Amino acid sequence: MSDPTDTPIASGFDRRSFIAGAAGSAMLPLTARAEAPTTSPPSAQDPSRPVDVTLRVNGETKLLRLDPRTTVLDALREHIGLTGSKKGCDHGQCGACTVLIDGRRVVSCLTLALAAQDQDITTIEGLARGAALHPMQQAFIDQDAFQCGYCTPGQIMSAVACVREGHATNDDDIREYMSGNLCRCAAYPNIVAAVKQAAPEILKG
Amino acid sequence: MRPFTYQRATDPAAAALALAGAASSENPLTEASVQALAGGTTLIDLMKLDVMRPSVLIDINPLTSAWSAVQFDGDRLRLGTMARMSDVAANSEVQRNYPLIAESLKLAASPQLRNMATLGGNVLQRTRCSYFRDVSYGNCNKRNPGSGCAAMDGFNRTHAVLGTSEQCIATYPGDFAQALIALDAMVEITGRSGTRQIAFAELHRPPGDTPQIETVLAPGDLISGFTVSGRWPRSLYLKARDRQSYEFALSSAAIALDVQDGSVRDARVAIGGVATVPWRARGAEALLRGQRFNEDLAQRAAEAAFADARGRKHNSFKIELGKRLLARALHQAATMEV
Repeated sequence: MSDPTDTPIASGFDRRSFIAGAAGSAMLPLTARAEAPTTSPPSAQDPSRPVDVTLRVNGETKLLRLDPRTTVLDALREHIGLTGSKKGCDHGQCGACTVLIDGRRVVSCLTLALAAQDQDITTIEGLARGAALHPMQQAFIDQDAFQCGYCTPGQIMSAVACVREGHATNDDDIREYMSGNLCRCAAYPNIVAAVKQAAPEILKG
Repeated sequence: MRPFTYQRATDPAAAALALAGAASSENPLTEASVQALAGGTTLIDLMKLDVMRPSVLIDINPLTSAWSAVQFDGDRLRLGTMARMSDVAANSEVQRNYPLIAESLKLAASPQLRNMATLGGNVLQRTRCSYFRDVSYGNCNKRNPGSGCAAMDGFNRTHAVLGTSEQCIATYPGDFAQALIALDAMVEITGRSGTRQIAFAELHRPPGDTPQIETVLAPGDLISGFTVSGRWPRSLYLKARDRQSYEFALSSAAIALDVQDGSVRDARVAIGGVATVPWRARGAEALLRGQRFNEDLAQRAAEAAFADARGRKHNSFKIELGKRLLARALHQAATMEV
């Protein structure tokens, strides 16, 4: 479950690959079972049994067997191994879990995986083109737009949508339309600067 | 979160059938075992908190294509229930002819939540009363009828000063509903026996002795749309809150005026963040109608709007805040360029 775009680390060990690997092996029996067709109609579901869920994440189709209660956030982190999207409050208040669904920013912690089927989910892992960072990712580095980094994946996904919506034309608008993403380190001035830096490049396409 | 089964409703009749019979008079709609899932921003949150405990979710998002149109014909606006808050806030006809509606939507929640939340779900959002949302408090008449109210003598800074009862002082938190009630909107309800219309002002029930019953909706009823008659270009929504963005109102004002040569021909006033249900300030409207607008008139209207307000230990400041905000909103509405 190693990511070919990751830069190798001298020790041959890094936290992200280790965690992703662990999540991957825990998922193996579930992936195998996902091949089996659903036999019971939805009305006859037993709520305690997992159900087949197909998610399209960053262009890849993922066949999963999930508890119906699973949110998109938990499906991404715990079942697909994409841990970029972060769980902050888990109640739709902090924005750390922001992803794009069919191009629109949403909080993945309040979105049921079952309800997000047949839609295109884009996470922070889906922004870069190979080794080339997305302009918004580069702008966050250039402008020092984070300190601890926990809210950053959500900030970047939200910022990309903010620009595409046409809400990044001035500082006031950027602050208003980025208000759904909280930063406990208060990197807000630098986040505004990053959004301003990346906006023209994103709109240029 | 408690286990549930999930079904998708592909047509309104199927949704109504699945939702019907899941509630009774002893078991109000908000406690029903079958709940409709639209944007999910209230329902999933409250299910995680164990405040709402449905065993079946009916996903009504497949109704989006049929029920999300925004139509304006020059003198009448119809908003489909499944339209997302962000889309309606960005609609140019809504912005031009009903700035109050556009602003009430734009100033609510966050961009992410507005992309998810539907109009129908928005007006049905539950209170933010912290004692209601925290099940470790046993005494909440809205959650556990007859158990008492922890907010009465608790931390009640955000609670209501109007429309309260001895049973409940929980604030109705929404913004869009204030625009709808101010503009005399009608709400279209689709249930088992077809479609009917009621005044939006009749939708929510004040708490009285039954704070657990929040609306007049019957089992199987779904809100399918909203209509507003007339055009209200001279209208606005003003909102005071603890932070500049992404926060519920401590006090808000929804204003629509018809002003000719400095005289108020018609006035619609609703106030938010201060009452248990969407709140029309008819006393203020009566003072304004037919009068020449000036600051003194605005002040008297604001006093009238809060004449029956009753504060408690931590929320009395809302009365003065609400009056000042309303007077300012009236001034802005009367002088805005249309």
